[in-house]
Amino acid sequence: METPQTQPIAELRDASKHYGAVVAAEGLNLAIQRGEFLSFLGPSGCGKTTALRMLAGFETPTRGDVLLDGQRVNDLPPHRRPVNMVFQHYALFPHMTVADNIAYGLRQRRPRPPEAEVAAAVERALERVRLPGYGPRRIWEMSGGQQQRVALARALINQPKILLLDEPMAALDKNLRRDMQIELQTLQRSLGITFVLVTHDQEEALSMSDRICIMRGGRIVQVGSPRDLYDRPVNRYVADFVGKSNFFDGRVSRVGGGAGALTAAGGITFAGPVSCTRGVTEGAAATASLRPEDIALRRRLAPAAGETGVPVQVRTRIFLGEHTEYLVAHPDLGDFLILASRQAEAAEGSFGPGDTGFAAWRDGAARILDND
Amino acid sequence: MRLYALAVYLFLYIPIAVIALFAFNAGRHASQFEGFSTQWFGKALSNPFVMEAFRTSLTVALASAVLATLCGTMAALALQSVGGRLRAAFDALIYVAVMVPGIVIGIATLIALVTVFNWLNPVLAALWPLGAAAPQFSLGYGSLILAHGLFSMALVIIIVRARIAGMDRSLIEASADLGATPWGTFRQVTLPQIFPGILAGFLLSFTFSFDDFIIAFFVAGSKTTLPIYVFSSIRRGVTPEINAIGTMVLAVSLVLLITAQGLLQRGRRRA
Ligand SMILES: Nc1ncnc2c1ncn2[C@@H]1O[C@H](COP(=O)(O)OP(=O)(O)OP(=O)(O)O)[C@@H](O)[C@H]1O
Ligand SMILES: [Mg+2]
Repeated sequence: METPQTQPIAELRDASKHYGAVVAAEGLNLAIQRGEFLSFLGPSGCGKTTALRMLAGFETPTRGDVLLDGQRVNDLPPHRRPVNMVFQHYALFPHMTVADNIAYGLRQRRPRPPEAEVAAAVERALERVRLPGYGPRRIWEMSGGQQQRVALARALINQPKILLLDEPMAALDKNLRRDMQIELQTLQRSLGITFVLVTHDQEEALSMSDRICIMRGGRIVQVGSPRDLYDRPVNRYVADFVGKSNFFDGRVSRVGGGAGALTAAGGITFAGPVSCTRGVTEGAAATASLRPEDIALRRRLAPAAGETGVPVQVRTRIFLGEHTEYLVAHPDLGDFLILASRQAEAAEGSFGPGDTGFAAWRDGAARILDND
Repeated sequence: MRLYALAVYLFLYIPIAVIALFAFNAGRHASQFEGFSTQWFGKALSNPFVMEAFRTSLTVALASAVLATLCGTMAALALQSVGGRLRAAFDALIYVAVMVPGIVIGIATLIALVTVFNWLNPVLAALWPLGAAAPQFSLGYGSLILAHGLFSMALVIIIVRARIAGMDRSLIEASADLGATPWGTFRQVTLPQIFPGILAGFLLSFTFSFDDFIIAFFVAGSKTTLPIYVFSSIRRGVTPEINAIGTMVLAVSLVLLITAQGLLQRGRRRA
């Protein structure tokens, strides 16, 4: 018997959603923990919204179950589920004032709370989203960012067990998005409500979430903390989605004990942990992922033990402040990225386009991944 | 091209302008302007026949507009959940109903009603317990309201359907998400959203019925609506009194039509 504290607040169990021949979601298995900030991340059309809408109750799974607080809720209509949603385009009621929009959830309760109580709650909600005094305004008199905060206040007024957010920042400009991300995160920490966010912006997911659920083609590819996904991606798709990485295709030349090596074009080997999901054997096609910050750019090849180095020519140099990003070319490996820290730049001096040097990486820094 | 357009507009509006102008004629001839006066409006408004016809028209227009708005709105809402072939068939039928010439609707309604009455009246007479005093169905208010209501209903369905189609579906989902029951969502979100369409449908229905001559002519029976009155008095010659009536009808219709148009346009901007 699970205690209420460790029991997930929501669960998808083998949940699938088909629209005729279209498979929007397939066999989703996911346990959402109490109080966590979880993001669904994936490209357009991968089923993120479908997963969210199954939790909200707008879609009934074609197969499998949706559980809230341990109860199967497949057939519970949205208006009876203790979850609320912030819609992509906010879906604020245009015929109501800001205050009436926010009060909407309270006024649906039976028995209906007294108006004085509703007004007080609306005032508190407006303060929480930093819009005090905006109650009497009409929706179209609010800016995009303000509308988003009204939508947030409206969805939080009933103190939902889970707040679902479907790309809430998509319509905001970059600066405002940054502010809202911080604000959302602060709000989530202070309220202790479970947040489930849908996004296709990897930076947003990485910076805000406790855990990220990466999806592709209606399926979950990997679930884990941002650090997990960054350090231990299960395949090339995840490694590509979470942070920048270089990929070198080749054949597995050694495998055993969770580690191995891959030989790429030109006989260059990449050694490191293996995290293929499929059983991997010697000679199998795979890919090695090597993060740009794990590669050093040197003037001279200092043949240190446990290091691999190859000659490269610098193509472009992009100054990023704390780091400098080099795009370098190798005759067999092709173009790849190197991220040099300020210290490394100071030690080696900076390289300009056309300069030659050596790219070096520690054996074990690469990861051998499924090449899909 | 521009000259041509000008000619068309002149051709369309000069007769109307002339009618409005001669309504203010001080003399009693329709062809000779003898100075400004509003006496014919007074005459028209104090003519008991005019007032009787006006009351009939008003009653029929109000009742048929209410009928058309209620049934039309409900039909438009119900059609939301009808899909595929059936919906296409409904759509086609509704557009046909609007495009069928008034004279066909008039004759068809007349024949249908008379047939039904011929069948019902003997049955009613036979069933009536008090013998001789059995009431008879006949043409009059009922047939006018039904005929106008049926035609206007198609207008209301088209207008309200457009309004529903233009509505953001996520508003309904947001309402359900916040705990509103389906009825609560309808009352608090759907209805206010489509209300401008409903009101515009009502005003158009009212105007249509108030102005209609052709259908009314067939099914009015012994009743005289304002357009029928105007038609029958024209046979005795056009007087400035007729011009005054025409001008008043025109003014009322224009106000209602412009209001309806404004409602529809405002709705479109907001949505
Ligand atoms: N009502 C529907 N009928 C048919 N197909 C649908 C329906 N809703 C979604 N789909 C399909 O299901 C798949 C997943 O859709 P979903 O909306 O979940 O994607 P998403 O990950 O949210 O994408 P985006 O980032 O573009 O919002 C898509 O291929 C979509 O075309
Ligand atoms: Mg989506």
